[in-house]
Amino acid sequence: MSDKIAPRVALSNTLTRLAKKNSNILVLDADLSSSIKTDRFKESLPEQFIEMGIAEQNMIGVAAGLSTLGFIPFASSFAVFASRRVCDQVVTSVAYPKLNVKIIGAYVGLFVGMNGATHQSLEDIAIMRSIPNMIVVEPVDGLETEEVVKFAVNYNGPVYLRIGRDTMPSIVPSDYKFQLGKSIILKEGRDIAIISSGVLLEEVLKATSLIEQKGIKARVINMSSIKPIDEEAIVKAAQEIGKIVTVENHNIIGGLGSAVAEVLTEKCPVRLKRIGVKDVFGKSGTNEEMKKKFGLRAEDITREIMNFVKNS
Amino acid sequence: MINKEKVEKEKLEEMARQIRIKVVQMIGKSGFGHIGGSMSIVELLTVLYFCEMNIDPKNPQWEDRDRFVLSKGHSCPSLYAILTQKGYFPEEVLSTLDTVDSILQCHPDMKICPGIDMSTGALGQGISAAVGIALGAKLKGKKFRTYSIVGDGELAEGQVWEAAMSASKFKLDNLVVILDYNKLTLSGKVPEIMPIEPLYDKWISFGWHVIQINGHSFTQIIDALNEAKSIKEKPTAIIANTIKGKGISFYENQVKSHALTMTPEQVEKALKELHCPPEEIEITLKQMKEAN
Repeated sequence: MSDKIAPRVALSNTLTRLAKKNSNILVLDADLSSSIKTDRFKESLPEQFIEMGIAEQNMIGVAAGLSTLGFIPFASSFAVFASRRVCDQVVTSVAYPKLNVKIIGAYVGLFVGMNGATHQSLEDIAIMRSIPNMIVVEPVDGLETEEVVKFAVNYNGPVYLRIGRDTMPSIVPSDYKFQLGKSIILKEGRDIAIISSGVLLEEVLKATSLIEQKGIKARVINMSSIKPIDEEAIVKAAQEIGKIVTVENHNIIGGLGSAVAEVLTEKCPVRLKRIGVKDVFGKSGTNEEMKKKFGLRAEDITREIMNFVKNS
Repeated sequence: MINKEKVEKEKLEEMARQIRIKVVQMIGKSGFGHIGGSMSIVELLTVLYFCEMNIDPKNPQWEDRDRFVLSKGHSCPSLYAILTQKGYFPEEVLSTLDTVDSILQCHPDMKICPGIDMSTGALGQGISAAVGIALGAKLKGKKFRTYSIVGDGELAEGQVWEAAMSASKFKLDNLVVILDYNKLTLSGKVPEIMPIEPLYDKWISFGWHVIQINGHSFTQIIDALNEAKSIKEKPTAIIANTIKGKGISFYENQVKSHALTMTPEQVEKALKELHCPPEEIEITLKQMKEAN
């Protein structure tokens, strides 16, 4: 795996590699393969690629039917359509019977290549994690995406994979292995704990360098397994550090921040600051414009953290 | 092919009568149920399960079995009754319909009920799963066939037409969709709730082979299923004209028969119309009294 790669590319590469050895792996597409990069899978394995057209609801139902015959279908679309558009199909035809269907929600959160509010998935985690039997994972970089795809193939049941669009530097260590329900510490510190997942971890890591200059050392936790969540790591951070910040590429209602809040409230109440999209719709623009508009640049995160530290 | 010479129609008629009796008993005891749409598909299910489908009740997960998806999942009481007749589970289980720990949920649950190939209940979804199963059979080179019954009110769901388009694209000649065309929905007459005609032309234009029949005629059902097997590279839609509440005079063609509570008097009257033996009627009424 090269150092810099987009999760969507790593997804397609990994699926292609695994599917060459396992003919049960199928990719179902809703006319977005050139965007999600599953067109590369199609070129290599046309027999295992099924074009469903712009009909996501039927795609999920067909995936459910295929899975009853032992296939491992990866039903793929933009995260907005793979979650809110097909919510009832995922609940009734996939999750309720716990069928072995993998749902790829690509182009996540605010960062959807200029497409704007109609294409920005700011509620997909909230939808997916409230569905029984559903696993929700958001890998951060190429290596973690590869690991998560391997997990999804081997796990028997529904998985929602939240897959970023843009190139990411290597974030997880080179010997990284994904474990369901486990997080990893990317950076150690005892003044504040920052829990995040996906693309914003890059800004979070930059922010930790900025706050270090102000004498604050942060523990950075990559919570790629959003459901089940790593309760142990959250409680440990609460006990050892006592101040927690979540940073998410999602509405602060119902996403990672909420999931962490649920654990803290019941297991070890400490102060929590949720950084993310504050219950508003997105906008068209570049990733940098998005980060600025919604206060998610390293300097914005730094400012929020410093205020939080001062006032708690 | 079903060999029509060998089919004993009297036996099928008797089976359909037994199924209807059991549905009345189930819904009577349960206190509530979707009786109208259960009654309209009895003959269709009887032919599918006793003449057409290649299944093994002793091995419900047999991988080469024909598949059945009840897309209009709410009509499962008659399917449950058929499954007991085939031996998937004991007849006594029928009296647990809709109770919390029962394998017979109000809408079919494939995880807990033997013989159910797909969980359904949210309308419009079962047909997509049936397309997925039929497509999977093609991909795996399997010879089994897939059948699905959809409701007429269900045709208002856009997903049905997404599924119809895709079945045609994939040339699924191993898929038969049967429309239970009883012309009534939960709250009214189909043409008033949402017009679905011209149905024949619609399915034709979606690339299907279409057959129109009387859905209570064993001969016509058998002929249609046989014809479907001769069609290559196209899925088949059978438009089965049916009567909602069929077999119970005071429920036939009644909007209210979609889902209802039956009084002991109604249960008694319905069972008498179905020529249920008096001693069995007495037992049913006693059980109803005990349940309430």
